Amino acid sequence: MDTKSIHSEKNKKNENTENKAQPVIAVCLGTGGIAAGGDKVFKKFEDEIKRLSMDAAIGKRVCKTAKTGCRGLCARDVLVDVSIPGTKPLTYEKVTVDMVPQIIEEHIVKNTPVEKWLAKEDYHKFYDSQQRHVLANSGIIDPENIDEYIARGGYVALKKVLETMTQQDVIQEIKKSGLRGRGGGGFPTGEKWASGARYSADEKFIVCNADEGDPGAFMDRSLMEGDPHAVMEGMIIGGYAIAATSGYIYVRAEYPLAVKRLHWAIKQAKEHGFMGKNILNSNYSLDIHIKEGAGAFVCGESTALQYSIEGKRGMPRTRPPQSVEAGLWDKPTVLNNVETFANVPIVINRGADWYSKIGTEKSKGTKIFSLTGRIKNPGLIEVPMGATIRQIVFDMGGGIPRKKKFKAVQIGGPSGGCLPESLLDSPIDYESLLGLGAMMGSGSFVVVDETTCMVDMARFFMNFCAGESCGKCPPCRIGTTLMLDILTRITQGLGEESDLELLEQMSDEIKTMSLCGLGQSAPNPVKSTLRYFKDEYIAHIRDKTCPTATCVALHRYEVVSEKCTKCQACIRNCPVKAISGSTKEVAFINKEKCIKCNLCYEKCNFMAIK
Amino acid sequence: MEVIDTSKVEKVLEKYKDTRGALIPILQAAQVGYGYLPEPIIDFIAERLKISTNEIIGVATFYAQFHLKPRGQHIIKVCCGTACHVKNAKSLSVKVHEKLKINVNETSKDKLFTFEEVSCLGACGIAPVVVIDEDVHGELSPDKLGGILDKYKKPAV
Repeated sequence: MDTKSIHSEKNKKNENTENKAQPVIAVCLGTGGIAAGGDKVFKKFEDEIKRLSMDAAIGKRVCKTAKTGCRGLCARDVLVDVSIPGTKPLTYEKVTVDMVPQIIEEHIVKNTPVEKWLAKEDYHKFYDSQQRHVLANSGIIDPENIDEYIARGGYVALKKVLETMTQQDVIQEIKKSGLRGRGGGGFPTGEKWASGARYSADEKFIVCNADEGDPGAFMDRSLMEGDPHAVMEGMIIGGYAIAATSGYIYVRAEYPLAVKRLHWAIKQAKEHGFMGKNILNSNYSLDIHIKEGAGAFVCGESTALQYSIEGKRGMPRTRPPQSVEAGLWDKPTVLNNVETFANVPIVINRGADWYSKIGTEKSKGTKIFSLTGRIKNPGLIEVPMGATIRQIVFDMGGGIPRKKKFKAVQIGGPSGGCLPESLLDSPIDYESLLGLGAMMGSGSFVVVDETTCMVDMARFFMNFCAGESCGKCPPCRIGTTLMLDILTRITQGLGEESDLELLEQMSDEIKTMSLCGLGQSAPNPVKSTLRYFKDEYIAHIRDKTCPTATCVALHRYEVVSEKCTKCQACIRNCPVKAISGSTKEVAFINKEKCIKCNLCYEKCNFMAIK
Repeated sequence: MEVIDTSKVEKVLEKYKDTRGALIPILQAAQVGYGYLPEPIIDFIAERLKISTNEIIGVATFYAQFHLKPRGQHIIKVCCGTACHVKNAKSLSVKVHEKLKINVNETSKDKLFTFEEVSCLGACGIAPVVVIDEDVHGELSPDKLGGILDKYKKPAV
């Protein structure tokens, strides 16, 4: 297909979507949406519309149902947008199958929205304080339909690149934009492409790292599920810039929906001439293949990922040679993260000058974070680099639920660190985070409140790293296991004062001696909690208490009478009736009957049980 | 040695015969066919691909996804990502253990359930999460999970 016909098709599509007579019901069908019953709600809308269209009175109004990808605010799923032509689109939250007939009856037929089910004010605040560029299409378009991507300006950047720009132009533009790798390290993308372009070989590869392994991160999954073509477009542009002969997307096996949508997107892109031989009638050809991972965190490391694509054990190797020189099958390979590629069409379309105005001096553009943990509005957010932790937690996240107090935020997953309340006003960019002992990582942003034990948190991450260490180099393999032993001992009340010094020392040793990024950054969660929450370690070791009563081995199960509000939630939930008390009397736990199941602690809203 | 029907894996090998680095997709497809990777099948793949059985076992044991033992009819995966951890996913694992009397990575005697703890499933917005077969269950409490498990306990007709 030539470019003209693409554009005429695009216009046709525009007319279609702007068809004034057509109300559109868009149902969120990301993983969160489906888990909340989104596909059932979608089906119910379809069924109801079919049923009603037989009725002559309503039949005049043709109604369209649409699937969309992740909206970001998964806690409010199922989210449904209803747009009646001529009026502002309205969003319903927490929609269930039972609500469908009434929404159709009142909103679509009579044009009076069902006020009580509409998204509340904080839903709008969640979106209004963001700057959604990379996520602009997610949750708006149907990710399984390439026409909707094209209608919103999709593949225009690719066309511009192929028709008007040389390889060097593209690299220069990306360099000028200041775009840096979104996968964690923050290496300048333009530099990487420039060194990739320098090597010539019979085969060259462009690889998309979609092995989003950081626990607590799901922005790459949402992008692939919500806007797969944007990732692909960025990848093809990157391929052109470095003269890649083929491309691979390495996706985690845990993301079946993303894999399905990517396959679908590749098929459609080929049919439209955006991929394959002589893309848009240019001399450039590129095919993209999908490789599914098989469950190994270390495969997010670039050399390990390449071995995994080759069908081997995913164990990192020493560098040099760098991947740009000898990567996949020993050929020059450029590897970027999903979010990085999704930024590329934006840079090309709007220009490096526009792009580099967003963000801070050294960190340009926006960053997507997955905001989770103890937070009112968990979800996916996109903010300019340099936004503060406070803005994210309180303005977008809505603060901490159940009247609990903010304690820390864990940024960057197992490679990152925990930042305390005193750093709420710190800006988030690559350099600031490193300085504070955390790391951008892929962008997981887990909020913890006063009920979370920081020693246990450190133990959790060390357990993760010890389990995921590939075993190749001893500092990581043995070091993480020994550190885990110490941390476990501390959480069981068996810690000694000398352990703290030992932990510090081992952290530095593992960091300096490990082969790859996994080992080098594995001690970060321990180091940052030692730096900001040392008193909690000391409480575990010296006083044998866990201040948050998380570490079950240290629980005493006593009621703090000043905090008890006599609500009796603990009494109602105790499975062995070990708690007595009344509306007039504070609760009392009979230690002989208590089986230490921890339910009373979990049910108490006032931290009155320790 | 038990006799195993190799026709399923024959088809897989045929499909990937021209693909480079196809070992992992071959093992994945074989596992879909047999539910796990039986030893004779691994030997068979090794012979066809002209690589050693050792190499395949090396790959199969490296990745969490591959299983060398038969698994239950329903696979229960308790997510142990950070967001789920902070929201007390441990209590969900305890519940599974209480209800089904199996430990992590074990299969119940009636071969109905296999219980696994897995790394982040990327559904952190609805933490804590448990995936049973393909169905994602979010915002769980131990009680809710108990109710869900009961539904699967009834043998499929």
